[in-house]
Amino acid sequence: MTATTLRFRHRHLLGIEGLSREEITLLLDLSQAYVDQNRRADKKLSTLRGRTVINLFFETSTRTRTSFELAGKRLGADVINMSVQTSSIKKGETLIDTAMTLNAMRPDILVVRHPDSGAVNLLSQKLDCAVINGGDGSHEHPTQALLDALTIRRRRGGLEGLTVAICGDILHSRVARSNIHLLAIMGARVRLIGPPTLMPSCIDRLGVEVFHDMKRGLAGSDIVMMLRLQTERMQGSFVPSIREYFRFFGLDYEKLKSAKPDALIMHPGPMNRGVEIDSELADDIDRSLIREQVEMGVAVRMACLDTLARTDAGNEAGS
Amino acid sequence: MAEHKQPPRPILFSGARLIDPAGGRDAPGDLLVVDGRIAAIGTGLADKGLPDGTERVLGSGLCLAPGLVDLRVQLREPGEEHKETISSAGAAAAAGGVTSMVALPNTDPVIDDVAGLEFVARRAREMRKVKVYAYAGVTKGLAGKDLTEMGLLAESGAVAFTDGLNAVADARVMRRALSYARTFGALIVQHPEEPALAAGGQMNEGELATRLGLAGIPPAAEAIMIERDLRIVALTGGRYHVAHVSTAESIEAIRIGKARGLHVTCDTAPPYFALNELAVGDYRTFAKLSPPLRSEEDRAAVAAAVADGTIDCIASDHAPHDQDSKRVPFAQAAPGVIGLETLLPVSLELVHKRMLSMVELFRRLALAPADLLGLPQGRLAVGAPADLVLFDPERAWVVDEDRFLSKSKNSPFGGRPVQGRVLRTLVDGRTVFAAEQ
Repeated sequence: MTATTLRFRHRHLLGIEGLSREEITLLLDLSQAYVDQNRRADKKLSTLRGRTVINLFFETSTRTRTSFELAGKRLGADVINMSVQTSSIKKGETLIDTAMTLNAMRPDILVVRHPDSGAVNLLSQKLDCAVINGGDGSHEHPTQALLDALTIRRRRGGLEGLTVAICGDILHSRVARSNIHLLAIMGARVRLIGPPTLMPSCIDRLGVEVFHDMKRGLAGSDIVMMLRLQTERMQGSFVPSIREYFRFFGLDYEKLKSAKPDALIMHPGPMNRGVEIDSELADDIDRSLIREQVEMGVAVRMACLDTLARTDAGNEAGS
Repeated sequence: MAEHKQPPRPILFSGARLIDPAGGRDAPGDLLVVDGRIAAIGTGLADKGLPDGTERVLGSGLCLAPGLVDLRVQLREPGEEHKETISSAGAAAAAGGVTSMVALPNTDPVIDDVAGLEFVARRAREMRKVKVYAYAGVTKGLAGKDLTEMGLLAESGAVAFTDGLNAVADARVMRRALSYARTFGALIVQHPEEPALAAGGQMNEGELATRLGLAGIPPAAEAIMIERDLRIVALTGGRYHVAHVSTAESIEAIRIGKARGLHVTCDTAPPYFALNELAVGDYRTFAKLSPPLRSEEDRAAVAAAVADGTIDCIASDHAPHDQDSKRVPFAQAAPGVIGLETLLPVSLELVHKRMLSMVELFRRLALAPADLLGLPQGRLAVGAPADLVLFDPERAWVVDEDRFLSKSKNSPFGGRPVQGRVLRTLVDGRTVFAAEQ
């Protein structure tokens, strides 16, 4: 495995943009092996024994943080969670100061989530350890895109040639951006569906097709990815009301008929039932991959931690 | 203080390329400075007899031009002296060939009353480097609601009125400001941005902003404000100046306004004709400005408008920020860059690219801003103040912000190779800067 992981040429995982098809495939292949491992009774490995992983979360998160924590622990690493409520950021310490303080504790991998786009890139420039982006502002959420890709690949055998519709609040979504990059790199066709107020400017230059009509956008789609609509953005500014949003952009059985008959549904969570997705549809085990995505998340994060730990060690040995 | 009483020695610059935008002159000649003023301009001045003790400066291969009159400088004093002081900005200005600078009122406290204005004037006198003029706010607290005492402020030395980095957003307030300012012939300077459209924006709206996940500021936010204001200018007959123009559409609006005979002028700053939004790259906060760096098409339009004169003046838009304001995530970073020490060399790129002549460049950098504010400097004329810059137009160097005299180092031009180096700067005949040879 060492021979293959050495081909991952990055010290950090800050985003999908900039990764090659080979590197993404490497991560997905490794993740696949961890899916099987995670289904055994004894899930614990010693791959990262003696290594320290710090989850530094400046934004509340349950599933991503838990997923990274489990991933680290299953690989045998020591995992520490720091969240904004308990950190000194509240006392006026700057992001850089926090980074330098943590750096002095000599962690091996730092997983960072931050509400500002680019904050994780900034931190990575000041740290000696590997950094994984756990989501920064509206920029990227690379492990989410990887777990989505793994989920699709397991069901469809691959990503190339698939038509994937991403629906909802594209404007504020880091999940959408990471998925757009990953799907384009892997040869899938990407469609974006949503009202123009939730569509970023010039998004078509990222090689996607934009639709404002759900049925037309879903026509012929293999995968339907729903995005979470942040409730604080629904009060009159971006969309007039929840009921109007659900009427035109919420996914239900009726609208799903436009997609391919075997089209599968995904959602990064947490869901707003009845806002962007019909509650019954979300639980439909024949169509919904939502719980499977969560399972894949742990495997993908194990693969990312493992790969960066090896890359880092390789760099140290080389320098 | 004793040295101040002593008049500076007379100086004869001989054989320099004399650049005078007022007379349209760009030719070798001699220039004699006596008692702080330009005493004679011509050829062979040395043969006509010089005052005792005249210092002689050989200027062959060098340009001697009026010192730059910089319309937009943030001094940070009072209130943020850790970023810049009137004294450190004065030293940076002198090193950059800037002999007059006009301070924005967005200090802490803001300059919106006579006491604040007098504080700036007193500190500037103590500095004894370059000349400092001050804007006063259009509205109290720069809050966009109630007009300041424009008449009293003008009497106390305010050269024009602006709310700094805040646009005068309310159309009725702008109408009253332009209208009332006519009583005193005062100039209103607008930060051209419709705040509601720009709210929360971090960089120019477009593909890069979308990729970086940063909220965009649409270029139209600028043109909308200018077009609205020009209608109010037509309504009131006021004098209106647009600060740091950054888009092609804004330039077009101003061009039309000028053609209609409205009292409208504008300036831009070097980043807007020398850089585009790609400078933001990987969240580079030194490329975060207000207005933001725009597309390549807009950059080219700004450069062309400087060349054709639609843009009247070039200002540094000097905005010092310390590391704590810039070494943070992009959305939290303060907008603005320093510019006093790069104003001349980066502007000279337009001359080196043959987009405009040296004379026209100094019209934008010295004469036009001086005329706009009713100041006597900005020209090489007998009897005019000897505010001069001697520079080598060809000398190449690489911008190294760590060597700048400004207290803050937030230059977007670090590492840029430029051509043109200030060798000596004089204010009222006093040497305020001399490069180490």
